[in-house]
Amino acid sequence: MELATRKVIDRSFTGLGVFSIVLVAASLVVLLAPIVVRGARAFVFRGTVEHRRLLIERFDRGDRAAAIEEVKQFAARRNSIYERVGAFERDELVPQSRWWSLSPEERARQENLQFYTADFKHCLRELLGPHREIKYQVRDLLEATRNDHPRKPTDELDVDPNKPAVPRDQYGATRWDRATVKLKHVLYREAWVPPATPSADGTPQMLEQTFIPRTTDFAGTPMVALLEELDRDTKEILQPRWTFYWGFLTDASIDSHIFGGIWAELLGTLYLTIGAILFAVPMGIISAIYLVEYAGEHWLVGVLRSCVSTLAGVPSIVFGLFGLAFFINAMHVSPHKSVLAGSLTLAILILPLVIRASEEAIRAVPKTYKEAALSVGAGKWRTIVTVILPAALPGILTGVVISMGRAAGETAPIIFTAAVSVGKPLQIWESFTEPTPALPWNVYNLCTEHEAVDEIRHVQYGMVLVLVLLVLLLNGTAIVMRARITRKLKG
Amino acid sequence: MTSANTTKINAVPTPIPKGPTTRTALRPVEQPMNKPEAPPPAHVQAADFSIYYRTTAAVRNVTLDIPRGHVTAIIGPSGCGKSTFLRAINRMNDLIPGCRATGRLQLDDQNIYGPQIDVTALRRRVGMVFQKPNPFPKSIFDNVAYGPRIHGIRRRSDLADVVESSLTKAALWDEVRDRLSQNALGLSGGQQQRLCIARALAVEPELLLMDEPTSALDPMATDHIENLIAELRGTYTIIIVTHNMQQAARVSDLTAFLYVGELIEMNATSTIFTNPKELRTQDYITGRFG
Repeated sequence: MELATRKVIDRSFTGLGVFSIVLVAASLVVLLAPIVVRGARAFVFRGTVEHRRLLIERFDRGDRAAAIEEVKQFAARRNSIYERVGAFERDELVPQSRWWSLSPEERARQENLQFYTADFKHCLRELLGPHREIKYQVRDLLEATRNDHPRKPTDELDVDPNKPAVPRDQYGATRWDRATVKLKHVLYREAWVPPATPSADGTPQMLEQTFIPRTTDFAGTPMVALLEELDRDTKEILQPRWTFYWGFLTDASIDSHIFGGIWAELLGTLYLTIGAILFAVPMGIISAIYLVEYAGEHWLVGVLRSCVSTLAGVPSIVFGLFGLAFFINAMHVSPHKSVLAGSLTLAILILPLVIRASEEAIRAVPKTYKEAALSVGAGKWRTIVTVILPAALPGILTGVVISMGRAAGETAPIIFTAAVSVGKPLQIWESFTEPTPALPWNVYNLCTEHEAVDEIRHVQYGMVLVLVLLVLLLNGTAIVMRARITRKLKG
Repeated sequence: MTSANTTKINAVPTPIPKGPTTRTALRPVEQPMNKPEAPPPAHVQAADFSIYYRTTAAVRNVTLDIPRGHVTAIIGPSGCGKSTFLRAINRMNDLIPGCRATGRLQLDDQNIYGPQIDVTALRRRVGMVFQKPNPFPKSIFDNVAYGPRIHGIRRRSDLADVVESSLTKAALWDEVRDRLSQNALGLSGGQQQRLCIARALAVEPELLLMDEPTSALDPMATDHIENLIAELRGTYTIIIVTHNMQQAARVSDLTAFLYVGELIEMNATSTIFTNPKELRTQDYITGRFG
């Protein structure tokens, strides 16, 4: 081959190699950047006065005296706004029972106004919180429910006709980014109208979303002044402040993630991962030792080996179904889904990975170590424990940690065996019988099945970020451990 | 007087006092010829001994006696089965699948391939030093203490004594006494090999097998090891496999020449190198083949 041709081929390989590395790096950046940026919003955001009230009431965290003062001012502003809305309703709106006395035009206007007012009040409540709950700020709310799960019996006695049933209705917007969206809905009414240009042949067309200023809805009433005031003063009323909410990691969620943190999910993921490792690693290493040192070359061993490889490629949902059928239905390790059943299922899932990684690592130990140990009279088992396993440890560890990452991130195996969408943080002993929320499953759950998906995008991204960081942390730990052990072995 | 398969030692070296302590002692041991003396008891005795890898014979019908307390060299071209024979003596060949032995191989009066034998006990009596230095990736202390530990010595002070005496015997103590806790892989190649010798000596074997112990070392380190062999001579029975004829001539009392799995000739080293009986031996040591 000519020199020039060879050079061209060499360069094309270099070029392709660099290209593929750049491609991988770019896709990582494209993937990770939004996760990090959006996930960070779960931790760092502009919290409103309602956020600070929530922290005091639910978690007893923050400057209590200052918060009560702040909340009082806020409640005063809010109540005056609600009173003005109330005054408008009294003065301008005619109760339905007296509509018979109105002219048709007047009656149509009343119909519209009533609808607009109801819609407006709904949006206003989402922004500023429930209408009459001044009592709750003044009263010591820590007495009331701190945690939703389980509801304390006192809650049943704590019947107040004014108190909304679920936390999402007890608070206004706690985050300024959500508040701006709510404010938009306060100021503009969402409507679906036919497109401006009708189609040429007169066929029906899709309606288009438009936002109609409420000032036009309420034209000629005192509400216009109120709307203008809201437009101007909402920021002052809600007092957004940059907040670092570390409690996102350590707080239990309130009202299925509308407020609060992801402690239950985080803890559940840790339990499941550690449980899976506890089951899979000893079994995996022992199996690998058997395959390398004891099994020999019988054809059945070959079959066994290819079975292990095949298992590594089985879809994870199959393991999930197997876990349900075997561990829960057949073995009854727990009466229903539980962390234990999930850990066992994940252990089966990662077992082939652990076996293969350990097998490779043990096989890679120089034969001379083994010979040296045997030649001074060590038995086979002694040789394995004192020489081969220590030398194979870096490789085994790498395999273990990769499996840990896999176990932490798997969704399908835990759907049927361990995961629930809403649950409390478990104690260790509860993990034998109780199901748990877990990060991968709840990420999926939040973005598909949650009834208020749009409200809690930040939680979703926060969870994804935490999951990614968890896996990175695990891998980082492994790399450090591996480097240390290797250095120790190399001298 | 000899056929290939039934070589007997006709000149047995005089019993040697415990190894000389100076390097000046490094020279072929003078063999007093034709002095009829009662042969010392053979330490290792092979009779019609063969080793097969599956169906191929690597060692064929070897019969020889290796006397106690002497250095015996096994020479021969590559693939002649000398390493295989050496590794049979401590049953290292067991590691190779499909390897089996026939005939008789005895350590004192114990049949090495007998059904009753405890292989770990055998290996404790028969130490081995390998071609490439193979210290464990542990500290120098732990390397030497490895054998004693697995044989049940637990007390730190006892272990320290064994380590010191073994390293002293291996002429390494002065070089490493201050860094026993450092990793053995940080030593030079020659030091590593002496460490391996110390590790083998730490379990107090009677016999030391050396499988080309200097082939991976530079001349200085080789010189060190050869001095060491000279010092260990007398205390231990040493069997050394080597490619290096000068080395065999320098360090050994007896030399066996193996060719294609067969023992061609075994005799006092001075005899082999000056007056070989067999033509093939002569051709080999003069460098005509191999």
